[in-house]
Order: sequence, then C-alpha cells, then structure tokens
Amino acid sequence: MNGVTLRRRPPRERSAWSRLQPVVTVVLVAVLVGIPMWLVVMTAGKSQGEALSPNLTPPADWQLWENLNEVWDRGRIPSAFAGSLLVMVPAVAGVLVLGSMAAWVLARRTGRGYAVLYAAAISGIVLPPAVVTIVLLLRQLGLAGTAAGMIGVYAGIYLSTVIFFVTGFVRTIPLELEEAARVDGAKPFAVFVRIILPLLRPVLATATILICLYVWNDVFYAFFVLGGRLDTLPLNLFQVASAGLYLNNWHLIFMYVVLMSLPLLIVFVVAQRKIISGITSGAVK
Amino acid sequence: MAPAPAPAADRRRERTTHPGWFLLPALVVLAVFFVVPTVFNFVYAFTDWSSFKSEINAVGFDNFTQLAGNGTLFSSLRITLVYAVLVAIFQNVFGLALSVLLERDTALNRFARAAFFVPVLMSALAVGYIFQALLKPDGALNDVLGFFAGGEVSTPWLGDTTWTVVVVALIHAWKWMGLSMLIYLAGLKTMPEDILEAARMDGAPAWKAFWTIRFPLLAPAVTFSVATALLGSMNGFDIVQATTEGGPARTTEILNIFIYRTFGQGLFAQATTMSLVLFLMVALLAFPVIRMLRRREEIL
Repeated sequence: MNGVTLRRRPPRERSAWSRLQPVVTVVLVAVLVGIPMWLVVMTAGKSQGEALSPNLTPPADWQLWENLNEVWDRGRIPSAFAGSLLVMVPAVAGVLVLGSMAAWVLARRTGRGYAVLYAAAISGIVLPPAVVTIVLLLRQLGLAGTAAGMIGVYAGIYLSTVIFFVTGFVRTIPLELEEAARVDGAKPFAVFVRIILPLLRPVLATATILICLYVWNDVFYAFFVLGGRLDTLPLNLFQVASAGLYLNNWHLIFMYVVLMSLPLLIVFVVAQRKIISGITSGAVK
Repeated sequence: MAPAPAPAADRRRERTTHPGWFLLPALVVLAVFFVVPTVFNFVYAFTDWSSFKSEINAVGFDNFTQLAGNGTLFSSLRITLVYAVLVAIFQNVFGLALSVLLERDTALNRFARAAFFVPVLMSALAVGYIFQALLKPDGALNDVLGFFAGGEVSTPWLGDTTWTVVVVALIHAWKWMGLSMLIYLAGLKTMPEDILEAARMDGAPAWKAFWTIRFPLLAPAVTFSVATALLGSMNGFDIVQATTEGGPARTTEILNIFIYRTFGQGLFAQATTMSLVLFLMVALLAFPVIRMLRRREEIL
C-alpha cells in the first residue's frame, strides 16, 4: 500500500498501452468504418461499367454529377424526401406530446390501476407490431397507403418508448416544483405546459434523436402500410436497389445511399456532442 | 423509485392535480394502432384470408399444421433465435471492447466514437447493400485477402448454407455496435471514483481489476444493451433482406423475411400466422430474459 508498490506496476503497462492505444484506434476506425464508407463514395462516382464489380479503386473519371442526376429522376428523390418528412415530422411530434402527457400522469398517480396501465403502455417496447393485420385495419379505416395511416402506425410503435423514458425522468422531478405553481392557482394543463414540459427537454431530445433515426430509416413497416402509394427515401432505395441489383447498377445504389444518409449525417456532425451525451445520459437512467 | 403508498385523501387529490384524461390520447393511439392489430393477429391466423378471393373463412389450426408440416415454422423460429443470440453476443462484445478502448477523453477517442456511431445513423438497408458489395465473390474483401494471400480469393461469404447466418449477424452487430459502445461508455463514466481508486491501490493488474471490479458495476448497462440487441434483432428485416433475401436455400430466412415474402405472394393468412408466432416468441422470451438479467444485476 505504500507509494512504491503503487507506482511500480501500472506505469510500465500503462505507458506501453498508452502508446499503442492511438495506433489501434486509428487502424480500427480505418478498417471498420473507413473501408465501407470509402467503397460507397468511390462506387457512387463511377460509371456503370466500372462499378459492375464494386472494388476499392478510385474511379478512372468521376461521374458524381451524372450519377446524381440519374438517381434523382429514377429514385424520385424530391418526392421521396418530401414523403419521408411528411411522415416523420408529425409522427415524432405526436409521440413526444402524447407520450409526455401520458408519462406525467403515469409517473405521479399512485393507484394500482395506474401501475397496470403503465406496464401495458410500455409493453410495446419489446412486443413486435402486427404488421400484416395493421394493413387490414388501415383498409377498413380508409387509411391504407396514406401518410396519416403511416403516422398512426409509427406513433403506435414508438409511444411505448417515449412513455418509458419520460416516466422515469418525471419521477426524478421534485413534486414541490408543481406544488408551487398550483398554489398560484395553475390548472393541471398549465402546470404540465409551463413547469413539466420545459424540464423534460433533455429526455425529449434523446427520444427525438432515436425515433427520428428509426422512422427515417424504416423500410419494413413502410412497405406494408404504404405499399408503393407514397414515396419515402428507404422505400425508393429498396426499389432502385431491387431493380439495380438485377442490372448491376451499383453506382446508382451507392449514390442513393450517399444522398439518403446525408441529412442525418449533417445533423449529426453539427450536433454531435449533444447527440452523444444525450444518448449516453438517457441510457443510464 | 416507486412512490410510497399514498393515503386515500392524497389519492383523491391526485385526481384533480393529475387528471386521468391526460392519458386518453396516448391510450387511444395505442389501442387503435397497436392493440387492435395484435388482437386481429389472433383472429386472422385461424382463417384463409388471401388476395385470391374476397371472402374469409375460419380454418382452425390449418395454417399452423401446414407451416409445421413443411418444416418452415420450426426452421424460421430456429434461424430467428440463432440470429438474435449471435447479434446480441457480437454487438455487446464489440461495443464493450470499443468502450474500453475509447474510454479516455482524448480528441482522437472522441473522433473515433463519432466514427463508430455513423453506422447507427445509416439506414440498415443501405448497410446491407454496402456489405453485399464488399462480400461478393468478386468483391472488395476478397480482393484485399487475395492481395495478402498472393492469389485469387473468391470466398462466397454470403453463399454458405451454414456460415452465412453468422456473417449476416456480424453485419447487424457492426451497424449497432456504436450504440452499445455509448451505453457502456455511459456506464463506465458514472462509476464511483473511490471504488476505482481502491482497485488501483491494490495494485492488481489492469485487466483483473476490470473484470472483478468494473465489469460487475456495468450490470445495468449490460441488461439494457443485451435486451435491446436480442429483442431488436428478433424483429430484424432490412439487413437480411439487403444481403441475402433469406438465402442461400432459405438458411437466413428469419420470421420477418418469411412474413414479407408470403405477404408479397398474397398469402395473407400464412403471413399473419408467422406474425403471431413472432409475437408469441418475443412475448415468451422477453420477460424471462429481462428478469434473468435483472437478477444478475442484484447478485453482482
């Protein structure tokens, strides 16, 4: 326990490792992330002939602009982008508002009935949605293939996640903060909007990131619900790729991948620190 | 965390301060878009609903006996389970290794964390296509291997009836390992300093101190990460569809691939039956898995 033993062993190990660690890190990033990304960008710049069997060599002459033009029309990028936004924005806003309202009451009420309701409301985190019969239901409601139907389905899938995260968070907010407002005569709705909602910002930010990620990239549920009647970015990628693989149009597939990933990537680069710390603080709860 | 039992008067007061109608919109959305379709699952799995005729008749357990009879039911179930377990193992081993590697807050480490998070942001479909291109017999990976081996390498990474499911699980784990890494980093960063200090004072080798002291403290992070990886990959689709479409010889056909394929063929009742099977499997596994992991948390 004296200073000598304390200093003797770790420093040598540590110094060898601390010199090696940056090398290992750089190699891992280059191989595990660098190579796949390099492949995407290089192939997106090639001509069809050159991209036939995609490899890591840079294109003989860059065709980024031509490929972009072609995929822009074939993949109906503008309408797919609009469709993705049309579905994502209301779905995410909806689950955040409805989820926080529900979570506030679920966190504060103490009755047995509410404990049961809470368990039921969060069971959707693990249980898979019934994708086939959702289509039947939407047909009966006249919502099959519409943005409204898709928004409802995403809301049904991700409400549980929001309720779970927000309820945990509300329980850490002292009740006294609400009491103070109530003494001033504030009604429940005012307490929720003025006191609770502003405090929920960090947890809502985390939930927004995760749900945007899921909705923006989803193709499975969109395939069943929209069935080709509304364009979204992943659905059109699926279409371009299904036709493209048959024709070996790797340059178009990867150009599409670049275009589709850019919006989220730009948001990530700009808000990188906040996003990473938001997710890590959300996860330990 | 649970609120202390409140006396009746408090509970009456709650009714005015936290009115139940706040729950209503969320419950309506959950009921219409989640509960009702799930109930339908239990009904239409026992019918002959298809795109070929307009009326729908009850057929009892015919769909189940048919799917069990031709072996599809059990092979899809087995493949889904194997896939989910492999993904959960790979994703968490990689995520934990990365979190330990990148634990210190240096500029390089921060950059590397962001780099490993990029696949998490990308569409799983896109990830699948990237790896299909990398792993083709004449693809980039074989080129690189050939360069080092000094000859032609043409391993069909996605064409093996035994090992392709492992390769696809590795791709799935690659996409999500950045998220597990962040979860484990969060766990490592919130460890009480005095415990770590005590471990350092003992002079135990770093790896031993890690496994005996720090790893057990990560138990809540392990629970969260393993449960989400396991249950998320049971519900997987995109990566398998974009790499193998369930092949070769249907050896990577997880339940959702089967559902997608039979739905496309207009065999709605069969698709519904498998959807119900997936629901029951996840429901049966989710609760024991989460309880088991929680119990481990308490013991450690």
